[in-house]
Amino acid sequence: MKIGVVVFPGSNCEYDALNAVQSLGVEAEFIWHTNTDVEGFDGVILPGGFAHGDYLRPGAIARFSPVMEAVARFASSGGAVLGICNGFQVLTEAGLLPGALQKNAGLTFLCQPTTLVVESTASVLTRGATKGQELVVPINHFSGAYTCDDATLASLEANDQIVLRYTQNPNGSRDDIAGVRNVEGNVVGLMPHPERAMSTLLGSADGRVLLEGFVRAPVGAH
Amino acid sequence: MTQAPEPLHRALGLNDEELEQIVAVLNREPNPLELALYGVMWSEHCSYKSSRIHLRRLPSDGAHVLVGPGENAGVIDAGDGIAVAIRIESHNHPSAIEPYQGAATGVGGILRDVFTMGARPLALMDPLFFGELDDARQRWLVEGVVAGISGYGNSVGVPTVGGELTFDECYASNPLVNVLCCGALPRERLVLGVASGVGNLAVLLGSSTGRDGIGGVSVLASAGFSGEDGAESLDDAKRPSVQVGDPYEEKRLIEACLELLDRGLVLGIQDLGGAGLICATCETAARGGVGMDVDITAVPLREAGMQPYEIMTSESQERMLAIIKPQNWDDVARLCAKWEVRASIVGHVVEPSIDAHGNAVGMLRVRRGFDGEILGEVPARSLADEAPLYDRPRLRPSSLDAMRLDEPTSEELRGLANEQLLELLIDPAWVYRQYDSQLFLNTVVGPGRDASLLRLAGPGLPASNRGIALSTDSNPRWCALDPRVGTALSVAESIANLACVGASPKALVNCLNFGNPEHPEVMWQLSESIDGMAEACRAFEVPVVGGNVSLYNESGGNDIDPTPVVGLLGVVDSLLAPPPGWNWTSGDAVMLVGVRHAGGANPFPLAGTRWATQRGRRGGTIAPFEPRALKETFAFVAREISVICAGAPSDVTAVHDVGSGGLATALAEMASETGLGAQVLELESHAELFAEFPGRFVMTTNDVEGFIARAARAGVAVEMVGTVGGTALAIGSSIDLDVTQLSARRRHALADALHTAL
Repeated sequence: MKIGVVVFPGSNCEYDALNAVQSLGVEAEFIWHTNTDVEGFDGVILPGGFAHGDYLRPGAIARFSPVMEAVARFASSGGAVLGICNGFQVLTEAGLLPGALQKNAGLTFLCQPTTLVVESTASVLTRGATKGQELVVPINHFSGAYTCDDATLASLEANDQIVLRYTQNPNGSRDDIAGVRNVEGNVVGLMPHPERAMSTLLGSADGRVLLEGFVRAPVGAH
Repeated sequence: MTQAPEPLHRALGLNDEELEQIVAVLNREPNPLELALYGVMWSEHCSYKSSRIHLRRLPSDGAHVLVGPGENAGVIDAGDGIAVAIRIESHNHPSAIEPYQGAATGVGGILRDVFTMGARPLALMDPLFFGELDDARQRWLVEGVVAGISGYGNSVGVPTVGGELTFDECYASNPLVNVLCCGALPRERLVLGVASGVGNLAVLLGSSTGRDGIGGVSVLASAGFSGEDGAESLDDAKRPSVQVGDPYEEKRLIEACLELLDRGLVLGIQDLGGAGLICATCETAARGGVGMDVDITAVPLREAGMQPYEIMTSESQERMLAIIKPQNWDDVARLCAKWEVRASIVGHVVEPSIDAHGNAVGMLRVRRGFDGEILGEVPARSLADEAPLYDRPRLRPSSLDAMRLDEPTSEELRGLANEQLLELLIDPAWVYRQYDSQLFLNTVVGPGRDASLLRLAGPGLPASNRGIALSTDSNPRWCALDPRVGTALSVAESIANLACVGASPKALVNCLNFGNPEHPEVMWQLSESIDGMAEACRAFEVPVVGGNVSLYNESGGNDIDPTPVVGLLGVVDSLLAPPPGWNWTSGDAVMLVGVRHAGGANPFPLAGTRWATQRGRRGGTIAPFEPRALKETFAFVAREISVICAGAPSDVTAVHDVGSGGLATALAEMASETGLGAQVLELESHAELFAEFPGRFVMTTNDVEGFIARAARAGVAVEMVGTVGGTALAIGSSIDLDVTQLSARRRHALADALHTAL
């Protein structure tokens, strides 16, 4: 089992993601954004931060980094891909996940704990959790309000693609959505930071059940 | 605009005597470029010419001090092979004019100071001071400054873990924006900005150089706002002196510099901050006792037609100067290309010249091409280290005695305590939730508490179970009445805050924000304040490892109250569990720990309290500084809490320092955070609710006898004053408040005052 953590210039949660995965006893390495393949990895994390300075808008330039073609190939072959915060924004810009993230309703950055409820366990992130389980995980973003059109929302609902919701919506996300998956469940994005909730010393260990699920040996195709 | 043209040296901020001194150094008239270099390097901001003779009185020695004052940052040995670097700075004047960029570039500058030492920046703190929020301009400043810190700090990837928020009329035209940064490095990697080795290269890293921030240190930071209506009238004229920040450039610069250091490719690095390239080149050359040739044509420029003095003094952000061996250039260039960081060879380290007396003098030469025309040539040391030092006249303000006699009293205000308490409660969460306070997975106690507490860990550091604690403190209300004692008490207050997270103090940095040093009363305040700080640091055995002096904080001829901000760095030897914090538990006993009465004539002084200031009472005599009892109390509390941090069982369930707003405020904050009330016995007087003097703590315990016995063994006074429980906070017959109502009021106070949503 080996997890790759993609590093764009401007990423800043790459060490935290790496440490969180390693703390679960799993091997992890950085993948520089100019790499053109992600061979040898069993899962890929796009970490939080401000890839390429978030210039234009979050994720808009990062989707053109060479590594993203490799991530797309990896995803289409069933590889486990997780986008946290800025990584979620990159995945939506790259078209690997539906919807988009826009500025918070209050138009300020928000760093605070949130309570999430697990809506679907049919994803590489939530497969270790139970449906309805409440998890305290912090958010840390300016552009975290999930949005999508009516048809997309209907198909998200129909396909059980909403994996996490906020119990108290902090940022104006449509339908309280905190995280979504692709139809297959091997690509997941969420705005909250599970890697920041790995230890009660730091306030919460509720992120463990999510990342433990993600690093679990893959089943099926890949 | 209507004045007659003034001589060039005066336009550059140099007086006639300083010009004479330059002529004596050079043995000739300086040319305009050389004069411009002296203008910025001999500015108050760069040279500390008014304060340096006083700063020497601060104690800076300690067995664990690796780097003391005078370098880019102070560094201490924190144990386990880890060194911790710390630095504090002001960005007051830029923030008064352009709050977002002023605050943002303040963050950028302090980060460079810290990674210059080889340390990865791990935490920021922001003490902020504004006027009262009933003024729309103040609300604009608060929102702009907080957004600037948030926008820059979050993006560059360094958590902002704490700070201070003070509102007072004296900052209305001159807000204070201070910023502290703390970083860590493997002890053996400590680097200093020294240009050693003739033939070595000076490489400019990072952003291109533009016209932003020309003369920032001399025009902005070393003069007051003189307009009748303060800052406003000078906004437009001074705005071009404010720099513009780019956190993405800085982030790549940090990563590139740390990787250069990791791989041993650089001999030293120096940031380009105030006074830009001239400051970085002359300081590195002066430290190395060598000369340096700087080629202005090698500096990547942002715009055409820049003059040599503009290139040398521009304060364009996100730039560093690295000293490297020529054979490493290819590797350096390759590494910088990976991080998309521009790298250009702009300087050559050269042999010092020999002067008429046979002394080696490192000359800084500004050239057009390394073999081209010499545009200016001055001794590097004369720029960096030999600015004139002033012992400016000092005068104790004549109004002080009358002010000290004007004691605020509380008798006429009985019966109003509930509302008075509510008015003091402000939850700063609206500010700090805009800051990423958690990056690097180190933040055990974040913003809004007595002190911040972090795991001592970070990329590339040896493993450690230690923690570092940070607190920034100031009390301008005390210092206005007695700058010496007020400053000493502020140091004590900061150590008290550290104790609440189980930490013992290891180092202090200071940011001395004062008015116009040409006012003798201001120089007296500065001198007294430094003496008070020195006395406290000696008493508590805390070395001063760095500082910053911000003078000319005045507007329309009115100086701010003396505002010495101290930043304390403490260490917790074993951090395995979080300290108890403010959340108390039903049924636990409320203990008042420490000497209950202030020394001196008045057991509960209201002078300089937030309570008195809110009633327009600014006079009176503050508590004396009596370090012996304080020291014992702080050690006791720190020990009680550090046991919990180390993972041992304890009967102590909550702790809070009694600080600004007094005992009633401390109890209300605990009730508010927990959503649980307490019944507290009748206090000795109404004044005890709101009196402010350090040395008292509220702690809760579920074993009163055991706790009292331990305190007695430590020689520390404790009294049980109440019991936790219920839906109301009741303090004797004075206070009776529903906790839900109290919490809501506290939570919304700031957003309401800012006319914004929470």
